[in-house]
Amino acid sequence: MMRARVAYAGAIHEATPAREAAAHRRTASNIQSGERNDDVRLADGRVVVAEDVVWLPPFEVGTVIALGLNYADHAKELAFNAQEEPLVFLKGPGTLLGHLGMTRRPAGVKFMHYECELAVIIGRPAKQVPRDRAMLHVSGYCIANDYAIRDYLENWYRPNLRVKNRDGGTVLGPWFVEAADVPDPGNLALRTWVNGKLTQQGNTRDLIFDIPYLIEYLSSFMTLSPGDVILTGTPEGVVNVMPGDVVACEIDGLGRLVNSIAADADFGR
Amino acid sequence: MPADAGCFSIPFDVPPYRLSGAVYGTLVNHRSGLTLLGDAVNHPPYNAPPKAPVLYIKPRNTLALPGSVVSIPRGTPELEVGACLGMVIGRTACNVSETHALDYVAGYLIVADVSIPHGSFHRPSIRFKARDGFCPLGPAVTARAVVANPDALTIRTYVDDVLVQTAGTADLIRPAARLLADVSEFMTLTPGDVLALGAAAPAPRVRPGQTSRIEIDGLGSLSNPFREAAV
Repeated sequence: MMRARVAYAGAIHEATPAREAAAHRRTASNIQSGERNDDVRLADGRVVVAEDVVWLPPFEVGTVIALGLNYADHAKELAFNAQEEPLVFLKGPGTLLGHLGMTRRPAGVKFMHYECELAVIIGRPAKQVPRDRAMLHVSGYCIANDYAIRDYLENWYRPNLRVKNRDGGTVLGPWFVEAADVPDPGNLALRTWVNGKLTQQGNTRDLIFDIPYLIEYLSSFMTLSPGDVILTGTPEGVVNVMPGDVVACEIDGLGRLVNSIAADADFGR
Repeated sequence: MPADAGCFSIPFDVPPYRLSGAVYGTLVNHRSGLTLLGDAVNHPPYNAPPKAPVLYIKPRNTLALPGSVVSIPRGTPELEVGACLGMVIGRTACNVSETHALDYVAGYLIVADVSIPHGSFHRPSIRFKARDGFCPLGPAVTARAVVANPDALTIRTYVDDVLVQTAGTADLIRPAARLLADVSEFMTLTPGDVLALGAAAPAPRVRPGQTSRIEIDGLGSLSNPFREAAV
């Protein structure tokens, strides 16, 4: 099952795809027939156009744990050598954003890029969990787009928060997809489109540290709680994005997460 | 937001009356940190002194109360205790000016930033700082109105009642208002968030069986015993 959290007409609602089977697949036939794949059905029965709701991160988010350089190709792209231990960093609640939100690009920066990632959501507390039991602690998945502004990179406690923990720089959604509906999270294709042009492609089978390993590793020193989320890293193909650009991240079976880049003026700066 | 609502029971008698569970810390913000690094800041892997505030996050699993036992992992002889002044946010702070920054502060408390000692600050593993219980806070949030000047406080750290470090917030590279202004330029802080201003270096070390105690003028003291982990 896929579910979203949306704000509509004065309240926050749980929403499901109005056409569940087609939610992540726009086919020629239903475009011709005028049916929309992205309408949502609120728990109270109303069916609403996707653009008429405000999409929130699709679950109550706890600790945000992110992986750097967890795809061999992306590590190569950024000129990194093999690692002994996952490169993990943390993100705060202020950085979270929902589907169709805006991310600010400050004037004057040279390189701001998206990162399409599989987000793994913890459902049961996990403390010292071995890898063969790790997946029992996963409640579901969503798409994450973890923006970075490389201009601000400094060599102190990398990646520093000014690069990776900016307001609106962590987009999650559109749907929370239950783990039971994702039979093989280790083989999902990821794609990013900028203004309709395909710029990034990868597959979670190329993760350097896979999901069971990450849960075993993290839970060996920190207790994971329901709502904690692991952003598993991004493959190669990150490109610069500018105000006005529309960035769409897709993962097989999880849908399409869209957001746009905004300029300082949109934020009164 | 935290699953373990432990930090919510810290007395907090001014709005918003409770912590949010988000705790941010600042590194190399005390002059002693840069002094200790010396010329190393100009060489690899750093290549330059920090420009923006060097920040990190203490996730919810690290938050702990005064008196809670800090568990030292097996094979680790001792831990570092970074004694910090923590600012508690009172009003949503987004892109605030240095002049007005302290208007956004509800109060102050003591933060013990516990770490496994590590030599490199380039890209250290989060397992050094994000272990369960590695961020005791308290003993209470003291209202901003009671603290005349957050930039003139003495922080004393004791191990088993022996004074091991005396540091002052007067020696911070970015004092409270400046730090909050620089941080809020790119990340909005919300009521109940904590921003720790940074510890002096080298941080005192604590071994199993010992107890740390941090005192800050007017804020009381934060004491925590350290024990070797059972497993």
